[in-house]
Parts: sequence; C-alpha cells; structure tokens
Amino acid sequence: MEYQNLFSRVQAVGPAHMGVELPAGNSPRDLQPFFVHLLGRLGNAQIGPIYLGPLGLASIILGTLSINIMGLNMLASVNWNPIEFIRQLPWLALEPPKPEYGLRFPPMNEGGWWLLSGALLTVSMLLWWARTYTRARQLGLGTHVAWAFLAAIWLFLVLGLIRPVFMGSWSEAVPFGIFPHLDWTAAFSLRYGNLFYNPFHALSIVFLYGSTMLFAMHGATVLACSRYGGDRELDQIVDRGTAVERMALFWRWTMGWNATIESVHRWAWWFAVLCPLAGGIGILLSGTVVDNWYLWAVKHGVAPSYPAVLGTVIDPGAAMGAKP
Amino acid sequence: MSTRTDHPNRRLLAVLGASALLLLAGCERPPMQTTQQGFRGTAMQNTENPRIVAAQRAAVPAVPDDTPAPPPVGPKASDIYKNVPLLGDLSVADFNRHMAAITAWVAPPAEGCNYCHVGENFADDGKYQKVIARKMIEMTRAVNGGWKTHVADTGVTCYTCHRGQPVPANVWFKPETPLRNTQSILGNDFGQNRVLQTAGLTSLPYDPYSAYLLGDQNVKVYGKQALPQGIGNGASILHTEQTYALMMHFSKSLGVNCTFCHNSQSFQQWVSPKKVTAWHGIRMERDLNVAHMVPLTDTFPASRKGPTGDVAKVYCATCHQGVNKPLGGLQMARNYAGLQPVALAAAAALPAPLVEPTRTVLYFGVGSSDLAAEQSRGLDTAVTALAAGRARVVLVSGYHSAAGQLAANRELAKQRAVAVRDALVAAGAPAARVQLDKPQQTEANVAGEDPSARRVEVTLR
Repeated sequence: MEYQNLFSRVQAVGPAHMGVELPAGNSPRDLQPFFVHLLGRLGNAQIGPIYLGPLGLASIILGTLSINIMGLNMLASVNWNPIEFIRQLPWLALEPPKPEYGLRFPPMNEGGWWLLSGALLTVSMLLWWARTYTRARQLGLGTHVAWAFLAAIWLFLVLGLIRPVFMGSWSEAVPFGIFPHLDWTAAFSLRYGNLFYNPFHALSIVFLYGSTMLFAMHGATVLACSRYGGDRELDQIVDRGTAVERMALFWRWTMGWNATIESVHRWAWWFAVLCPLAGGIGILLSGTVVDNWYLWAVKHGVAPSYPAVLGTVIDPGAAMGAKP
Repeated sequence: MSTRTDHPNRRLLAVLGASALLLLAGCERPPMQTTQQGFRGTAMQNTENPRIVAAQRAAVPAVPDDTPAPPPVGPKASDIYKNVPLLGDLSVADFNRHMAAITAWVAPPAEGCNYCHVGENFADDGKYQKVIARKMIEMTRAVNGGWKTHVADTGVTCYTCHRGQPVPANVWFKPETPLRNTQSILGNDFGQNRVLQTAGLTSLPYDPYSAYLLGDQNVKVYGKQALPQGIGNGASILHTEQTYALMMHFSKSLGVNCTFCHNSQSFQQWVSPKKVTAWHGIRMERDLNVAHMVPLTDTFPASRKGPTGDVAKVYCATCHQGVNKPLGGLQMARNYAGLQPVALAAAAALPAPLVEPTRTVLYFGVGSSDLAAEQSRGLDTAVTALAAGRARVVLVSGYHSAAGQLAANRELAKQRAVAVRDALVAAGAPAARVQLDKPQQTEANVAGEDPSARRVEVTLR
C-alpha cells in the first residue's frame, strides 16, 4: 500500500553517507552532514557534505555579486524603502541600456550596471557549468547533465549576449526583473510580427509540452510499478524483471508501442534539451534574419488569409502627407 | 463507530471547495454577452458583462439643458453684448441658451456665471476661466469641424469631457522624473517598472502619452516586411513597450479588449474600420494638446498644472471615460450652433477661386454645397470660353474632404457639382454643353478637414 501513494510516506534513516573518496588534489568536502525530516518527505533527508572547490566558489561569489547589483539597483529605484521593495518587487528591474548607446558601455546608471551584472552572471553560470562537467568526470559519470545545462545556457546567452551583439544594441536584451522580463517577451512578439508564426518557437513549445507529458508518463509508470521494483530503474535496465515487462506491456496495450526503460530517458533528455535549443534559434533569427514572422508565414503559405468581412480598410497613415 | 463526516478526506474536500469558491469571488458571474466583430476563428469579438454595461448606461447622467435650438430670429448677440468674438453671430436667445448650458456643463453650481465672469460686467476678461472657456469653445469647434474622422456627426460639447466639473476627471500630466534617474549612480527605473494603473498594472512605461499624444512618435513598431531591411533599423523593444503601454490606455479608456480593433493574429493589419477611427483619434489628441492646450500653459494658475508645471492634456479617457462611445453616442453637439464651425466660420477662410485657361476650381464651406458669390465669379472664364467657341463643352466634377462619412460626402460632392452647373447655366452657358463628370475618386488624400479638398473643378474641352 505504501508504494501506491503519490507522496513519500516512508523514510529510511541511517548513518550519514559521506560519499566516495575524492581524487587526489581535490579540496575536501565541507559541512557536517545532518538530517531534515521534512526534506526527507520530498527527497533525501541528508544535507551535506558539500563540495565547492575553486570553480564552485568562484561561481557563487560572482553570482552573488551579480544578484546583489540587481537587488541594490531595485532597492535604490524605490528610494531604499524596504517595504516598497517587497511590495513592488515583481515590478522592479535592472534595465539594459537605452537604444541610443548601441553596443557602447553606457554610464553606470544608464545601463552600465546591467552590463556588469550580466557579465558577472554569465561568467558565474559558465563556471557552474564547468563544475557540473568536472564533478561528473571525477565521479566517473557521463556528462549528460553538463550538456543539458549548456542547452539552457545557450538560450540565456542568445537573449542577453549573442542576439544583442548581432543587432548592434544592448537595449535588445532582456531586463533582469520578474514582470519586466515578461513584458519584454510580449513586446518582442509584437515587434517581430507575432512569434506564434516563428517555426522554432513552435518547435520549442512542442518540446516544452512534450517534456511535461513525457515526465508525467514516465513518473506515473515507474510509480505504478514500484511494488514490483520498478523504481530500481538501473537494475531493471541490466536485468529486466517483471516491473519493466509490465510497464512495456501497459503502453503496448494502451498505445500500441512502448519506449524501453533505457530509451525513455533519452526521450526525456532530448525533449528537455531541444526546448531551449530550438527556442534560442527562434529568438536569434528574430530581427537578424526575419523581421516579421507573420509576413514571413504569409510569404511561405503558413498563415491563412481571412476574407475582409468588414470591408476594405485602408491604413490612413499610408495616405500622402499624413503624420505617423 | 465514527460517522462518515469525520473522514479526513471529506474535510479536505470541503476546505478545497470553499477555497475554490473564494478564488471565484473575484470573477464576474456569467453569462457574458459576446458580439462577433470579425471573421470567425479570429477571436475578433467584444465580450461585455451585460450587468456592468447596464449599470454604465444608467450611470450616464441626464444631460443638462439639451433643448433644441431656438429659431434664429431677433437681434444678434453682438448687437446687444460687448466682447463676444466667437458667439456674436448667434441670436440673443440662442446665445443666452449657450451660456446657460456651458455654465451647467462646466461651472461649479455654487458659483454659476461668476465662475468665469467678473461681477456685473460680463464683458470683462479679467478671470482666467473666461479666457480658457473661449479657447475651449474654439477647441470644441476644432473637434466638431476638423475631426469628424474621429467624432463623426456625434460631435462633442464641453459636457463630453467636463461632466459638470470645472476640470475633466480624466486628464494627464507629465510625471516627475525621479531624481535618481538623473542624479544617482544607481536605481534608474527607465520610466517604467512601477505599480501604477497607468500601464494597467504591468511594468510597461508609465508615461506613454508624452511621446505619442504630444510628440509624434510612430505608433507602428512591427517589421514592415518579412525580412529585415538592414539589421537594427527597426523599432527597439523599448519603443515597442511604449506603444504597448499606449494601447493599454486605449483598452482601459474604452472598456474594450485588443480585438475591438485588432485581429490578434497580426496586430499591424487593418481589418477593422474601428482601427481607422482610433488612428484619427491619436492625431486628434495630438492636435488638441499641441494646438489648444499647450498654448494655454501660462493662462492657467499653478494650482491647475501638473507636478512639472505642464498644462492638463487630453487623452482617450478624457472623453471616453470607460465606454467606447462617450455618453453612449448621444448627439449633444447638434443643438449648439456655437460649438459648430459650419454655421459661423465656414465662409470665412475659403481660398479664392483658381482660374486657369482650361480649368477653374471653386471652393466650398465645410459640409456645404452653397456656391458663395465670390466663388461663382470664377466661372466667367468658362462662360466666355463657351460663348466664344473656344471650348466645346465644360465638365463639372465635385469633390469633398476626407472628414466625415464617405457616403454622405459623395452625395455632398455631387450636390456641389450640381450647384456649379446651375450657376453656369444661370450665367448664360448653354445647358447642353455643361456636363456633370463624376471623378473616379471624390475623396481627398489628406486626412481630416482640408479646405482645398472641398471643391468643384470645371474643365474646358
């Protein structure tokens, strides 16, 4: 019965696991491990020990610096009022430079802070990426996590670095802020003639929604078979037991075909990785290669044309001598 | 033995149900009324809550003093009163009716006439309110005459904006630029990212008005062609956000959503005539602010000005006040000749007739097909040419300006041509040799009221 529950109801508590031996030359792991029961309900109850190392330490320092620049600018924009800071936090932002600065370095209060903060965040993220790569190698793992993370970093770099450089203006980049970055998204779609007609945007959404569907299917399947040992997936890969046979049979019965216990993880990995990969391409092409996705779609027979049911309506701005 | 109601899942369900109801408490109850406004499948529809609409209709106050105009008999106002430069041509009865109406529309009831007038001497221009009122009558005339493309024949009166208040409830001022944007080394908000109703509680720019309704920044931001015409030449994202914020104001002021004017598949398309009306509305607001409001900056006392000392300015909400037809489309202005430029100022500014060897152009007043005497003098050349045999026939073609309803204007253009034909025949031209010639396009290319567009062309053949 315990296995049928959607939430973890049992916690195995034992002595703290200190991890495998570190390779020579590595700094030791920090923090005396301890247990948190509530966390154990969601995942592992054990906290620590943590390995930071030079890459991790540098990444955290630069990242903290970057987030502090954003936060202090937001706090200054509400006259250093902590209550207003909390109240308006979702609205506040650190904005990129205005269009007139192009790719030049503007005065600090005119977007300079944005550039500095973005540069620090970029380096911090790349260092953290290097850390996921080296940690995986040190543990003798494959580097799948690092490459998946790099797909996300690709989208981040397209938005904040690659596309602004191609467009010749930092102002094209995304502001650091909760609602402001959403407004940026809406404005971006309007500016480039409706991103709905951008095929890479469409692909990205396919992989995004596809990821959630695969995640739900896989999670549900494994939970449903955990009473037969289905949650020991790696064991099942090398020594297929009744759990996996039942999973496979279930999907063949319901949809005629099944992924295998190994390949379902490749499906999930590719869907997740292709989501930011395709999305980044779509963003990068907007403004550099395509200026109006709707007109592009009309040109290529993608967008339907509707009859002018309200009569012919002519843009009065197209008339001679009209002001914009 | 435990009862079924003790089951924990039951309690959980009850709590969940109650919270769901609480969440729904912020919603308007169905049914809504949805009107299709474009091709099916394009989501071009206007969704209204009939209960809220009914309440809005009920809230439109009874219009004060909406009596029909008295017959224009008796002495003129200028014969009796001093210092009546604008309304002097009205009859005394009508003049007094205008004054009573304006008082009811604008002045605080406690002050009445004295809100604008100094004591017993009504001719005195000592109060700034009177100077402003005169300028506002000019502005109202400018709207009713020059901006029929936006206000159509509904027109506006003082009441459209004022609603019984000395200052209309909805006007805009430039916001103060925070000091930190210019004098600090951090905390620049770039004119956006505030919890303000101005931008509909988004973090879009909070002053979209100065750029578009005072300056002439281009509203259009989208790519004009599928492929870029040089990278980085188009509108910036910041510019796009400004347009977006302006559109939020449109939407809020008119109580409509985007699809009232747009097919959201492609916002730039011109699918709805309402978008054309809105286009003219932007130009009208810009014109009213630049030509009428800003010049009054020094006339207003400081207490009537904004935080940066600028004059109150108009935007969509000034007239619309939350509904897409101000005052439910009530045609108030038609009863007040003093607020119409047609009756009073029409003949004044007509250009002299243009007389060329083979072509004569005669001009007409706004909305008028009456040929003025000084215009008909331009026909002499044509009549002489016909008599002398230098021309076989003359072709008469009528035209009209872009303001107003197209169907009515086409008829007006025709009536103008007929008036000129009759004048030619009356001046001695043989009727058989005077022909009406309908032009392919009778409308002017320039938007709004253009005096040179209201014309009849007489061509000698």
